[in-house]
Amino acid sequence: MVRRRFGLTKVGAARLAFVFSLLAALELLCRFGIIDRVTMIPPSEMATSLWGILQSGRFNGDIFFTLYNVIAAAVVAIALGFFLGAALHAFPRLRRPLVPLLSAYYAIPTFVFYPLLIVAFGIGRAALIVMGAMFGVVAMIVNTTLGLDHVPPVVAKTGAIMKLDRLRQLILVRLPSAAPHLVTGVKLAVAYSVIGIVAGEFILATSGIGKRIAFSYDNFDNKTMYGMLLLLLIGVMIINGALSAWEKRLHRRFGQR
Amino acid sequence: MKSSRFDYALLIAGFLALWQLVHWAVGPDVVSSPWATIARAVELLRTKTFWTHIDATATAFGVASVLSIAAGIAIGLWLGLRRFAGDVADPILGTLYSIPKITLYPIILLTFGLGISAKIAFGVIHGIFPIAIFTMNAVRNVAPVYHRTARVMGLSSVTTAATIMAPAALPEILAGIRVGVALTLLGTLIGELFASTSGLGFALIRAMDVHAVVDILAITLLLFIFAAGVNATLRLVERWARHGG
Repeated sequence: MVRRRFGLTKVGAARLAFVFSLLAALELLCRFGIIDRVTMIPPSEMATSLWGILQSGRFNGDIFFTLYNVIAAAVVAIALGFFLGAALHAFPRLRRPLVPLLSAYYAIPTFVFYPLLIVAFGIGRAALIVMGAMFGVVAMIVNTTLGLDHVPPVVAKTGAIMKLDRLRQLILVRLPSAAPHLVTGVKLAVAYSVIGIVAGEFILATSGIGKRIAFSYDNFDNKTMYGMLLLLLIGVMIINGALSAWEKRLHRRFGQR
Repeated sequence: MKSSRFDYALLIAGFLALWQLVHWAVGPDVVSSPWATIARAVELLRTKTFWTHIDATATAFGVASVLSIAAGIAIGLWLGLRRFAGDVADPILGTLYSIPKITLYPIILLTFGLGISAKIAFGVIHGIFPIAIFTMNAVRNVAPVYHRTARVMGLSSVTTAATIMAPAALPEILAGIRVGVALTLLGTLIGELFASTSGLGFALIRAMDVHAVVDILAITLLLFIFAAGVNATLRLVERWARHGG
């Protein structure tokens, strides 16, 4: 058992100390003007700006706009990606030539298609949600096929021996066995949906966190910009941290493969 | 081999057919037809200005890739060999890898200004973390029995590194490079979209501004073919390192 002091392991304490000293160094660099205020405001001021934003509630519209869109896009990406991934897994001949294309997908800034989506759907939620889903869906496809690949043959055979029909085999046997990879897919699909939506909001949108950041950048309003940036980063870290923890637990439960 | 080539042909044919259907369904204002797009791509490749854009992107992408790979491997090796430092850094690297770097564009712009350094910086912050993470795990996952074998044989540390550690860790490091290089290209292009006056990303943003649908699709198609080519090549190198090396 790892020794803990104040609820922290030695590694955890070192990590905390490292992050805090980085923040302190950044704070000092900003305070002493080595990094000028036009480039970056001190981290403490970012935090107070964020606090002010949350307390006044003046950007709540933007915040919930982005949150709602991310949830919608992630749900679409996960559902569609799972369905397409399972279909691809069932047709290996279709899949083999697709693999290099799927992994090249994330080398391309898909959001260059965003203006086309605006023409198709108009400026607003729909275009952003489609953008986010387009960016997230491939990660889910890839991880679904990987997960189904990693179902051990013995597990699949056990299901067959128990004479489960195909649907039950899928739900009761294959999916739990593929769960760790599926959660990895969910995690990445959410992360990429955020990127797609924020990128879309940067380019053209009526509201949203990305729109607010781009607007304050254009108006040299560093305080608002860094406050909103901090909010976005903290939000992403919380979501990602939660999904990572879930992923780790599943990996432990179903064995590292 | 023959049947796989047939599969490729079938896939491309299916893709083009689907594209054509979408084009018919939504109209040329949203998606140009595959033939018009391919013709436009060929036409672009014949113009000189387009090659200056390719040149600018290739330079930034090349420099960013070299920096990502060199720094990523150095960080990964160091953290992989030092257990404690690795444990401390692991989740920090994971978090840095997962944050949407596109949100950092104002900071990069304010720090580096418009131009090639901003593009390279954008490429590097995308590519460096996956390479560092894969390298660290590659070094950590070398089976302990290899270390013991090296000690039993009385190998020097240099020989151990060259003949045992490197071949054992190489395939996974190469996988990291494949992921990292793809993301470096993405980062470089994002940098060009938001923070530059040259390169394919810039050509794209200009096409977006005037809503030249066929140009957007033609440039994206060329980029995609290039990215898939790089990916397939790196996959071959990886397979060679795993089996033939």
